[in-house]
Amino acid sequence: MTRNTLLMIGVLMWALVPAGKARAADSCLTCHSALEGDFAKPAKLIEGDVHYQAGLVCADCHGGDPKDNSMSAMSPAKGFRGAPRKAQIPEFCGRCHSNPTYMRHYNPGLRTDQLSEYLTSVHGKRLKQGDTKVAACVDCHSVHNIQAVTDPRAPVYPANVANTCAKCHANAEYMKGYKIPTNQFALYEKSVHAAALAGGDTSAPTCTTCHGNHGATPPGVSSVANVCGTCHAFNEQLFDNSPHKAAFAAMGLPGCVQCHSNHEILKPTDALVGVGPKAICITCHSKGDPGYAGAAKIAGDIAKLQTFYLHANQILGTAERSGMEVSAARVELSSAHSDLLKARVTVHTFDPAQVQKITGEGVQIAQKSYQEGVAALHERDVRRKGLGLSLTFIVLVILGLIFKIRQMEAKKPPASPGSAERS
Amino acid sequence: MAGIYRRIMSWVDERFGTGSVEEFLRHKTVPIHRHTIWYYLGGMTLFLFIIQVLTGILLLLYYRPTASDAFESVQFIMTQVQFGWLIRSIHSWSANLMIFLVFAHMFSVYFLKAYRKPRELTWVTGMLLMFVVLAFGFSGYLLPWNTLSFFATKVGTDMAGFVPFIGKWILIFLRGGKEVTGATLTRFFGFHVAVLPGLATLLLAMHLLLVQRLGMSTPPSVERAIEQGKEQRRSMPFFPNFLLRDIIGWYAALGVLGALAAIFPWELGIKANPFGSAPAGIRPEWYFLFMFQTFKYLPAKVLFLDSELLGLAVFSLAGAVWVIVPFLDYKAGFGKVTRFFTGLGIFALGYIVLMSALALRT
Repeated sequence: MTRNTLLMIGVLMWALVPAGKARAADSCLTCHSALEGDFAKPAKLIEGDVHYQAGLVCADCHGGDPKDNSMSAMSPAKGFRGAPRKAQIPEFCGRCHSNPTYMRHYNPGLRTDQLSEYLTSVHGKRLKQGDTKVAACVDCHSVHNIQAVTDPRAPVYPANVANTCAKCHANAEYMKGYKIPTNQFALYEKSVHAAALAGGDTSAPTCTTCHGNHGATPPGVSSVANVCGTCHAFNEQLFDNSPHKAAFAAMGLPGCVQCHSNHEILKPTDALVGVGPKAICITCHSKGDPGYAGAAKIAGDIAKLQTFYLHANQILGTAERSGMEVSAARVELSSAHSDLLKARVTVHTFDPAQVQKITGEGVQIAQKSYQEGVAALHERDVRRKGLGLSLTFIVLVILGLIFKIRQMEAKKPPASPGSAERS
Repeated sequence: MAGIYRRIMSWVDERFGTGSVEEFLRHKTVPIHRHTIWYYLGGMTLFLFIIQVLTGILLLLYYRPTASDAFESVQFIMTQVQFGWLIRSIHSWSANLMIFLVFAHMFSVYFLKAYRKPRELTWVTGMLLMFVVLAFGFSGYLLPWNTLSFFATKVGTDMAGFVPFIGKWILIFLRGGKEVTGATLTRFFGFHVAVLPGLATLLLAMHLLLVQRLGMSTPPSVERAIEQGKEQRRSMPFFPNFLLRDIIGWYAALGVLGALAAIFPWELGIKANPFGSAPAGIRPEWYFLFMFQTFKYLPAKVLFLDSELLGLAVFSLAGAVWVIVPFLDYKAGFGKVTRFFTGLGIFALGYIVLMSALALRT
């Protein structure tokens, strides 16, 4: 083989080596890959880990010397820390994750207060007290195959958070002794929030949205409204200015949760307001008190607007299906629909006068739209009658023409052999 | 009464020489045979064209050809103007019915070999009229400035850009810029109410003159049957016998148009938003569907040609062949029916129907 041939083979071999980030030999992976059972697991899982993909190796967390192929690679002399015990895990991860300077090299946008938040959480406090059943970092984020929170496969991805929390909190056997319910997940799954999340809206609330993630704690009675108000700001503002705010505080009742529940927050319907069998108002208010009358008035006004809106919508739909142009009336009616939505929100003032002001405007608009629908249908009928008359006239003219042609051709037949032009 | 009429006609004849026209009409005849029914299609198309002109003029009284006002002005016509809905709906329905009749008239003429000598130019002017009518449809479609028409025009004018060398220039000329904007609308309005009507009037005058000058063609099969003595040569006077029958057809068309306008008024759609995204399932008017569907089936590249360029080239070539078919099928002038050209017509008709059906199904 000539020198040139060897050189060519060398170039080809280099070209055929798979492209990718070259990694230095790692004795941790080499040995653990050859082992069996739990010892082999980290080596198998690590390739999908966000840390490994960022260039970190086993020794960055566990210490030791990855260049040493002997057992002395895992000696304390070489900085080997080994696997942390449960109580040590938060600080173990916090070594890097609480270090803003270090984290800036990898993910400058990531917060570095997870450890300090965790230590204020129920989980963190209990762990410090020696309860190793509580969640630490790896219980939620997994270990050795940790994925970024933006990765849909991650247990902490918004759509997976509830399931991750439920692993412990929905396990009655595991939670025995903590004296807290274990049905939160089952209830949450029925909620409007879970439905939104399942529908692909990753901004919809899940456990951590209300309870916090690293600083997970149950919101107290006094702060429930604040939690809901982070998203439902306008409703919170109306509630804060309503007479219910002080009354609820005096009675020690939580704000929003009192009517909407906490985990099983269903899509609110108009039936929740008023004095009907499904109404929440009657759980506190009874016949004869002003609140009962106010609830009935609010429910009545909303129902009235809803009815007027539906009637107008229906008649405009009929007009549209008949081919009538009612887009202007449609635009007007959309204002009535906005009023309906506004009135439903204004319920949180618990002030019948404020609700009536909005529903009154909506009813007027809906009535006007309804009248435009009636006019459109009347116009449609006029057109059809006009069509009937015109068609009758046209048919009569056609019959007259046929009669005329027959009469004319009876006198003088048109078929005259030989008279047509040749072509 | 009759005396006054005669005196008026005599006065007009002295000045315009209308007597010769009257004389011509008195002697003009129309052949009667089993295919006579097809003779009525041309007259009915002309009737719908007249309706288009009249309703178009009425729409002009209120229509405003700017991007900010066009949609609202059509909405105003449909909702506020007395009988505006009727005029606009008839204009739209009549346009579609006219294009259908143009196609029907063209294929009937083709299959009856009425284009044969000496009627080659009648065919050519008819074909040119058909292209003008399609241009009327394409330009008129944009005028209400709704979402569907906006994006259909965008796709349609995009095609012009694929013409080699001058494509970009044509595209900018048609759009009045690089994109479909208010300038395109104003330009299309100009084409629709000035340029195309002028062309149509000129071509129509030539077409009608040729039809009157050369008369109706008798199909070769009927000619053969007459020569073999199997049929007798029969005819009817054009005036009034044929014209009265024509008028029956026109009245019937008027009834159909009125019914369509009253029961299915032409919809307005949603105002075009040039910054919005194209609605799903966008497609051109039904008469362009066969071309639209063909482009869908073409691979992205055939040899060195882009599919759009290939499609354009094929359709342009097919159109050109179709226009000069009387000169290619010159044997028809001697009464010989060439199977190739009959087959070509069946293929063209079948292709248009099949592709349009496929496009409508999807």
